[in-house]
Amino acid sequence: MLVLQAIIDGVLVGGFYALMAGGLTLVFGVMEIVNFAQGILVVLGAYLSYALYSHLSIDPFLGLVITVPAMFLIGIAVYWSMIKPIKQERVIMSLLVMFAVGTVIEGVLDLIFTSNLVEIHTSYVNTSVSVGRLIFPDVYLFAFAMSILLLGGTYYLLYRTRFGRSLRATMQNPTAARLVGINTDWVSAFTLGIGVALAAAGGMVFGQTNSFDAASSYDLISRLLAIVILGGFGSLGGALIASILMLVIQDVVAVVWSPTWGQTTFYIVLVLVLLLRPQGLLGRKAVRAQ
Amino acid sequence: MVAALVAAACGSSGSSSGSGNSSGPITIGISVSLSGDFSGDGLATKQGYETWAAYQNAHGGILGRKIKLDILSDGSSPTQVVTNYQKLITVSHVNFVVGPYSTLLTKPASAIANRYGFVMIEGIGGGPSVFQQGLKNVFDVSASAKFQMITFAKWLAANHKPEKVAYASMTDPFLQPELDGARSYLTAHGFPSAVYKLYPLETTDYTPIASAIAASKAQVVVLGTMPPDGYAFIQDLIQDKYSPQVLAEASGPDQGAAFVKAVGASNTSGIMVPNTWFPGSTFYQNAAMVQLYLKMFGGTANNISADVAEAFSAGEVLTQAADHIKSTSNSKLESYLHSNVTFQSVQGPVKFLPDGENGAATPFMFQWQQGTLQDVLPAGVGSPKPVMAVKPAWGAGA
Repeated sequence: MLVLQAIIDGVLVGGFYALMAGGLTLVFGVMEIVNFAQGILVVLGAYLSYALYSHLSIDPFLGLVITVPAMFLIGIAVYWSMIKPIKQERVIMSLLVMFAVGTVIEGVLDLIFTSNLVEIHTSYVNTSVSVGRLIFPDVYLFAFAMSILLLGGTYYLLYRTRFGRSLRATMQNPTAARLVGINTDWVSAFTLGIGVALAAAGGMVFGQTNSFDAASSYDLISRLLAIVILGGFGSLGGALIASILMLVIQDVVAVVWSPTWGQTTFYIVLVLVLLLRPQGLLGRKAVRAQ
Repeated sequence: MVAALVAAACGSSGSSSGSGNSSGPITIGISVSLSGDFSGDGLATKQGYETWAAYQNAHGGILGRKIKLDILSDGSSPTQVVTNYQKLITVSHVNFVVGPYSTLLTKPASAIANRYGFVMIEGIGGGPSVFQQGLKNVFDVSASAKFQMITFAKWLAANHKPEKVAYASMTDPFLQPELDGARSYLTAHGFPSAVYKLYPLETTDYTPIASAIAASKAQVVVLGTMPPDGYAFIQDLIQDKYSPQVLAEASGPDQGAAFVKAVGASNTSGIMVPNTWFPGSTFYQNAAMVQLYLKMFGGTANNISADVAEAFSAGEVLTQAADHIKSTSNSKLESYLHSNVTFQSVQGPVKFLPDGENGAATPFMFQWQQGTLQDVLPAGVGSPKPVMAVKPAWGAGA
């Protein structure tokens, strides 16, 4: 029963980790940038939800109506102001730029919110649904449903719309995409916007399930990168599967053995998968085949 | 070039008394964690030192000279803390250094201070690994890790029938020995361990550990936590609809308003936490420290972190010792601190054992009662409130 509970916990928590990692993998898929700022962008999303909840009493889920568009615009602004002007060594320079963006955001958050830990303490953060002896925390249920909805929406955008076709064309061959008239700059800007917007949603849940400060981003980014590598760079479905796999492995190992070995076991699995499938579970080759 | 290096080496290795002039301010070098995992506690530590410096400067400074703090941030990194103290000693030429936050950082910091002949008085690095280095220059003014929860364990053994205990702790060089100290005592007194889980610092999902604790149905839960995981465990236990009779956390419930905000006021009642200090203590200079802290940083007395008092205590012992030896010599200071002298601090008496631990420390135990963190143990020291022997169910009022 304890193992089954651990699997349920892993699946539910994995759902919102997929949201946080989804943006990272999407940005890499289109722009080939490892967005090192994704961790702090998640924390920024958490702080925005916290500010709306604590100052205006806006429920964090409802507040996404404000925070998601706001973060989307931040993503677009970052692209036009900092990524677009880069003319040479674009991939490497972009990586450094995003690292710098993350550092600046961390400094600003520290300045505004100080380094004291905060948490978004809503009425449903401590409640749960029991099914027999199994527990389903409400906040994780809501978060999982939201993750499926948002990731599903993003998937629809990618594979069922004209913008999605442009984006996938840019992903596969930016030069050819430009030759057929696709404005790859706007596609990239929108992609970064979507990636950052997904971080807002992930951050909102992170802020309800963890006390956080700006420094919390460091623990996040390493996990998100591991998820993206396992799932395959550029694959939303891969991010979802890898997130759930990571959390289920960690949680099951934590209850049957030790939490200390949970992460180690996951990384062993990660290495084994990469030996067999260097592109990750649903890496770029698989994405292109879809 | 070679001559310059030799000169620099000679200058640094023998410079155990700092190089500030004898009429200028006494400079104190400190590394604190203003970012990274320890940033919350690091800020409180910094405020503690700043409160001490302000208080002491208003009361004659050290050796009649003003105190000037030279504070660097280490980002909670054991590597950066070494760089910081090296810079403070060899570049800034401070007169004294005092400790950073945590055992993790105090261990390398004290080693580097020792290399340059500097004493390190500290209040927030009492894990066994600090004292196991065999250094003679490190002095902890607070209760060391293994004794932090001993008051709680003694109370539990004396007041509860032996029952299953669930333990979980971060793999931290201070928190784990703290938990193990209580576990050893309770096991020896017939309390079996139902769960014993260790988790790494970077853990962000505590639900499986909380589920394992809930499934064990242990009526006593003892957790070696930092504030973020301390809050998360309570949240997860509430989600699991599991309320133990006794719940003690190493850290988290001591964070005042932040704790109440994180877990909800109605869930605080009965939760216990060890600490080396509390705002209402009648120990040496405590009332003055509390008053000055509130003036400098605002808030309420109950919301002052114990880190503040621990840092302040380090400053107090340094003041008393330096004023007694009438010198800024670190070697004289080290000899004096090892001379079995009893110092006074806001945390109570301080008397150093040969390894640098405070042999006179009195660990307190606190419990949330009616929305206030009350001093409850040990009985007979000060005027503690009676212990609430059984924690009320979650949500059963503040």
